[in-house]
Amino acid sequence: MASAAELAKTRARRDVRNRWLLSAPALLIILLAATGPLLIVLVYSFLAPGAYGDVKWQFSTDAWVSVLLERDIFDDTLSIADAHLSIFWRSVKLALGTTLLTLLFGFPTAYFIATRPERMREVWLFLITIPFWTNLLIRTFAVLEIIRNEGVVNKVLLATGVVEQPVQMLFTDFAIMVGMVYVYLPLMVLPLYASMEKLDFRLIEAGYDLYATRFKVLRRIIFPLVKPGVIAGSILVFIPSLGAYVTPSILGGGKNLMLGNLIELQFGQGRNWPLGAALSITLMAVVMVALLAYVRNAGDSEVRHG
Amino acid sequence: MNWKITATAMGLALLASTGIAGAEGVLNIYNWGNYTSPDMIKKFEAANNVKVTITDYDSNDTALAKIRQGGHGFDVVVPSQNYIPIWIEEGLLLETRPDQMENFKNVAEEWKNPDFDPGRHYTVPWAMGTVGVVVNTDVYKGDINTWGIVFDTPDELKGKVNVVPEMTDVIDAAVLYNGGTKCTGDKEILKKVRDTLVAAKPNWVAMEYGTIEKMGSGDFAASSDWNGSALRQRLKNPAIRYGYPKEGFVNWSDNVAVLKDAKNVENAKLFQNFMMDPESAGMNSGFHRYANGIAGSDKFMPDDMKGAPEVEVPAEYKSLGVASQTCPPEVQELYTRIWTELQK
Amino acid sequence: MARPFSIRHQTGFTAIAVICFAALYAPIAILVIYAFNAGTSIADWEGFSLRWFVAAWNNSQVIEVSIRSLQIAAAAAVMATIVATMAALATTRTAPYPGLTLKYAFINQPLMVPEIVTAVALLIFFSRIKVATGYSGLGYLIAAHTAFCIPFAYLPIRARLESMDLTLERAAADLYATPWQTFRRITLPLLWPGILAGLMLTFVISLDDVVITNFVKSGGQDTLPTYMLGQLRRAITPEMNAISTVFLLISVGIVTLFFFISRKRN
Repeated sequence: MASAAELAKTRARRDVRNRWLLSAPALLIILLAATGPLLIVLVYSFLAPGAYGDVKWQFSTDAWVSVLLERDIFDDTLSIADAHLSIFWRSVKLALGTTLLTLLFGFPTAYFIATRPERMREVWLFLITIPFWTNLLIRTFAVLEIIRNEGVVNKVLLATGVVEQPVQMLFTDFAIMVGMVYVYLPLMVLPLYASMEKLDFRLIEAGYDLYATRFKVLRRIIFPLVKPGVIAGSILVFIPSLGAYVTPSILGGGKNLMLGNLIELQFGQGRNWPLGAALSITLMAVVMVALLAYVRNAGDSEVRHG
Repeated sequence: MNWKITATAMGLALLASTGIAGAEGVLNIYNWGNYTSPDMIKKFEAANNVKVTITDYDSNDTALAKIRQGGHGFDVVVPSQNYIPIWIEEGLLLETRPDQMENFKNVAEEWKNPDFDPGRHYTVPWAMGTVGVVVNTDVYKGDINTWGIVFDTPDELKGKVNVVPEMTDVIDAAVLYNGGTKCTGDKEILKKVRDTLVAAKPNWVAMEYGTIEKMGSGDFAASSDWNGSALRQRLKNPAIRYGYPKEGFVNWSDNVAVLKDAKNVENAKLFQNFMMDPESAGMNSGFHRYANGIAGSDKFMPDDMKGAPEVEVPAEYKSLGVASQTCPPEVQELYTRIWTELQK
Repeated sequence: MARPFSIRHQTGFTAIAVICFAALYAPIAILVIYAFNAGTSIADWEGFSLRWFVAAWNNSQVIEVSIRSLQIAAAAAVMATIVATMAALATTRTAPYPGLTLKYAFINQPLMVPEIVTAVALLIFFSRIKVATGYSGLGYLIAAHTAFCIPFAYLPIRARLESMDLTLERAAADLYATPWQTFRRITLPLLWPGILAGLMLTFVISLDDVVITNFVKSGGQDTLPTYMLGQLRRAITPEMNAISTVFLLISVGIVTLFFFISRKRN
């Protein structure tokens, strides 16, 4: 005879089993078409490149060695792979620059939205998200049209006599950064807004009562209170910027590669799939580290405010 | 109930999306971008009751890599002559025997038995031309018949030069510029080639394919380029001229081949035969603006191509042309490594 | 100063916010305006015309890739939403059980890995399967799109579930409704706004994808974004602006609809 406790236990077990069955299709699709193939990338990074792309099925650590080191074409000496490192460094630099600029523009914007009357906030927020939901390619294309030599910016500069020759903006690192700031700005504004919305303005009032200047209030009261939002937004912008592919390939002119383009190159003209695989894993590792920082920060801040 | 209607509509959309797969009479072409006359394709579709799709690639290596990995779904590909021996050797092409097709008689004598495909067992001519430089002569008035435009950029053009990133084209040009011969394995020369390229790159604005539009819009003032592309640019802006580098330039051709794992072999063969018809070849040339190797096709080409210096190599430069050919694997390997170094 | 002191005010913030909004919309506005240019240039205005919309409409390739994009998006959105709803039901309103955290991480995984890495992984994996099975149809693209769409459907549906009142379902169970009846008559209607949100978001997300599609597509499987990517790197005409404009209208339309639906609910 089953006791009540045992019955409850079987029921709980059946409940867990049902829950696994119910989530199985989603898990299976993600396993087959997203997560599982990542393991194959790992395997490929330890194989030798085939003559015209693809791989030869023999173990080799060459790909991983050449992520960091390169053999000189002519005297066979090993040195630091500055080809890869410089692209890696450019990616990090541009991603950090993008993060900083989105913060610079996003912070006041989020603050502006958070200080609107409640009914209007939703509308402003909606206006920020609309571009985010429109095609990334189209938005990048829009930036290209604006900053090219015959674009609006140069036309205005020429017409007002600020410059005599069009300024070359397209196909520079600057262009890539402008593009990424444009594209990822909403990712910064949303988490910033989320933490500003909860801002307790009595604290600010107290600050003013104690004769703090506006800047002091901003620096000493507002900024510390919304720090979790700042960090969340920064990471949300940094991660896609680091792995960006479309923006640099349209605005960078094929000359200023970022990691995403370097990876793609290995699967096309570079004919070095294992290297491409190793670079992909490297990129993923960096992103994971950033994510871990994010999760820890989120955990910390909850504890502090909880 | 509102949600029922929505659900039904979505379900129908799902059904519709699965139903389109097995349409009859399809031909999937994998070709260089901006290179296929839409009117010519319409003509082929109407004549054979076939639906043609065209997918772009941007370099011989991209195409080769995509096809080699298999499961690509393409029927027809248009590789350059220096890659065709690799395609054949790798067993990627179907021996369709164009030399026995009805329209083979139209192929110009000099293209009937090329080195890269002896006896034309695999391929049919699509277009042929040269690799040179285009310069906007409003910006630069000096001599344009030199690779120096790209490798030792004059001050007026610094920061305004583009290089079309087709690996073999760029390295061949740098080899010729340094006094080497095509496919040289001479390490002294190749070292100079690398140094030339690395030193020249800071003067380049981009390494892009889209020269036609961007030369026209003034985003580029000069570029390494192919002759047909150059003609299209001059027709838009008469100041844009094509230079035949005095250090030597490469003559190339692209050829239509059928893939071994093609699913629509009969349509692909029809297409090969169709491309040897003077009217279709002429229509295609009217779009991409290259010569096509089909006798009698000039009747169907636009008048502005006749006598155009881009299409007909002027007599004084003819001797400078070198035929494009496949380099030995060890040389190819060096080329690839130089190319990778250039990408940083 | 005549203006009363506001504790909410910060010097220059409003100005920067205005600049931000202007900067977000100006490029898109210019792109749309030049779609109506009568000339062939995307730089010089030569008068109003609809010729580029007509040109795009008559370009059979554009129509073909657009239809393909819509089909893939519809299929991926429906599948992702269905499996995400099931997964959301399985992971909410329960005491923690073994593997729950793992499930969260797994379902949201496509959000965390850079798209280019997933794209490369799928290129390798699917090409092996294509060779092995001989099938190279749209199924691969739909599967890939479904996978990266799942988190976008899962998140709003889960949020809806967590904010839902349990009493109605309990009442139904007390009245001897079977679990299926309870789900069908109570849970599903209540959950519907979340599901609809999931459907719309995933549809838009799938419609926008470039990178993964570009790596996974087989012959004759260009979608509108991959077709545009090819065109953008070569020849840009106002036709691209016209196509972009139509495309923008679709996305913005769906998102606006979503906004008003969710606003009404609140």
